[in-house]
Amino acid sequence: MKPLSAALIFGLPIVVLCAFIAMALIDARRHMGPGTPSFIQRNGWPVSIYLIAAVGIWMFVLIVFPQLYMVDYSFHPKLPPAARGGERDVYTLGNYRYFLFGSSTSSDSWNTTHLTAFWTTIVTSALITLLNFAICYPLAYFLAQVAKPGAVRLIMLLLIIPYWVNELLRAFAFGILFGTGGLLNKLLLAAGILSVPIDFIGRDIALYAGLTYAYLLLMMFPLYNAIEALDRNQVEAARDLGAPWWLIHLNVVMPFAKPGIASGCTLVFMLSAGALAAPLVLGGPKTLWFTPIVYDRFYQAFNWNQGSAYAIILMLACVAFVLLVMRLFKVSFTEIAR
Amino acid sequence: MTSAAIWRAMMGFYIALFFLFLFGPLIVMGLSAFNTSQYPQAFPIEGLTLRWFGVLYGDRGLMEGLRNSVLIGILVVALSVPLGLAGALVMTQMYSRARSLYYLVVVSPVLTPGVILGISTVIFWADVAEWTGVDSVYNGIFLATLGQSTYISAYCMLIFLSRLQRYDRAQEEAALDLGASPTQVFAHILIPYLWPAIVSAVVIAFLSSFENYNTTTFAILADKTLTTVLAGRMRQGTTPAISALAVVIIVVSIVGAIAFELVRRAEANREDARKRAADAAERAEMSVVAAA
Repeated sequence: MKPLSAALIFGLPIVVLCAFIAMALIDARRHMGPGTPSFIQRNGWPVSIYLIAAVGIWMFVLIVFPQLYMVDYSFHPKLPPAARGGERDVYTLGNYRYFLFGSSTSSDSWNTTHLTAFWTTIVTSALITLLNFAICYPLAYFLAQVAKPGAVRLIMLLLIIPYWVNELLRAFAFGILFGTGGLLNKLLLAAGILSVPIDFIGRDIALYAGLTYAYLLLMMFPLYNAIEALDRNQVEAARDLGAPWWLIHLNVVMPFAKPGIASGCTLVFMLSAGALAAPLVLGGPKTLWFTPIVYDRFYQAFNWNQGSAYAIILMLACVAFVLLVMRLFKVSFTEIAR
Repeated sequence: MTSAAIWRAMMGFYIALFFLFLFGPLIVMGLSAFNTSQYPQAFPIEGLTLRWFGVLYGDRGLMEGLRNSVLIGILVVALSVPLGLAGALVMTQMYSRARSLYYLVVVSPVLTPGVILGISTVIFWADVAEWTGVDSVYNGIFLATLGQSTYISAYCMLIFLSRLQRYDRAQEEAALDLGASPTQVFAHILIPYLWPAIVSAVVIAFLSSFENYNTTTFAILADKTLTTVLAGRMRQGTTPAISALAVVIIVVSIVGAIAFELVRRAEANREDARKRAADAAERAEMSVVAAA
């Protein structure tokens, strides 16, 4: 490992940590006024040690170090273990160049397969997010504002059950349903709508349906929680003042539920864009999805450095989406991740 | 027909459709587990059989995966619940800017695709093993536990935070005034208060770990878990034995969900009763004071 990398991965977080502790102390002093007990006085030694050790392990050993290490890794060429840290181990953009041009040295032709897969993944995930919102919003509103408590509890319980069925198995269920000899084709043939079965899997219809299905509930719960907090009188007042139902939703309910909408959208987008199970099970031979490509960089091409670069590209797309949502809905990060 | 009745009918239709979408695929898969047909299909039913459950039980790889999944689940619970608890307690002692930054770091794993958590864990620990010479660090079960805990700890933290919001610090101050040490306050007031949240966190952490695929498939290395074996089987070809497994999981989760709901309701009732008793005691005391 190069000294520069070591400094960036391990040194920088420690510097940031020190600055952060100073900031936390200032903020606490300002908020609580002088004369408040310090962190250790407040918690006692044994609990303080536990808290600091646990949070330290979590933040640094589990989150920050591995992530920064992956970033560093993506800027190095793939080398045999013996050559690592030697003179061939230089900083390079080759892995990112490969994503764009299909070669880590030349830039003559675009890497169409990977670029198309990436683009398809992002656009499809965004569409799936929208579709999920459209499907969930009416039920979330109904549960939060209209339904009786008993009905709400029952429906919630019914909603939770499919959620705990493994993602792989849910995809598998769609495979059975959408197969060429599957139930859906049989029904359509029997009804005379089709004369030849449709290859739902080859055309990726099964994949898109499976993805929409997979993360439905992660849209439902944030939406429900947000709408539930809305005072029913507000809807009532708007109705009394003569607002049509769609205007009530557009101008009263949705602005109020903004944090819930933002948080549901972020979760669904992130999970769809990062989905691995559904494309694996429901993908046809020509399916383009980005996550399986990342997987293949690791376990088919055995090029971990390139795989890291690809993972970071995916990560950046997700960060961009979160920022976009925050800007669009004018909500803070704290409101999204609840 | 009045417009209200039309609305109700439309809403009913929509809810029926929604639940058809939600349960239809699962029911089709469930039926295919009992069908004798070699290829998983619900219709036509060629004959009823329990054969596929037997095949499932005899599947060595799947059983080994199941054992590892349970083991990893237990390890994840043992790691994530304490980490999440500490994370939540530290959060309650932070203010304004520091709090936002801290929140950003510890919640970010929830918004990070699982594959990335798996990848970064493997890359980092592979080299840690190399630097330190401790090869046992580079072990699938250990890495899967760490990779999953990265985000499951955040789930636990969110559960604890929501209970801590309703925590009355006056109890803590009363105990301190009566001469308790902060450690005693932690052990005798805070932990008992958080107990329902701890139970929830344990359940959620175990289930999240058990069903995780994206992070695990990278972090597990040469070992197997139930989900990675399952993915392998699905790639090889589909058999009704997989549907049979799904039936088992669905039954277990239905039973689990109902049990969890019952426990939670009992807890809510107990808390209600306690509150009523406390109110009654307070009223009694007031009347004694008034009488005096």
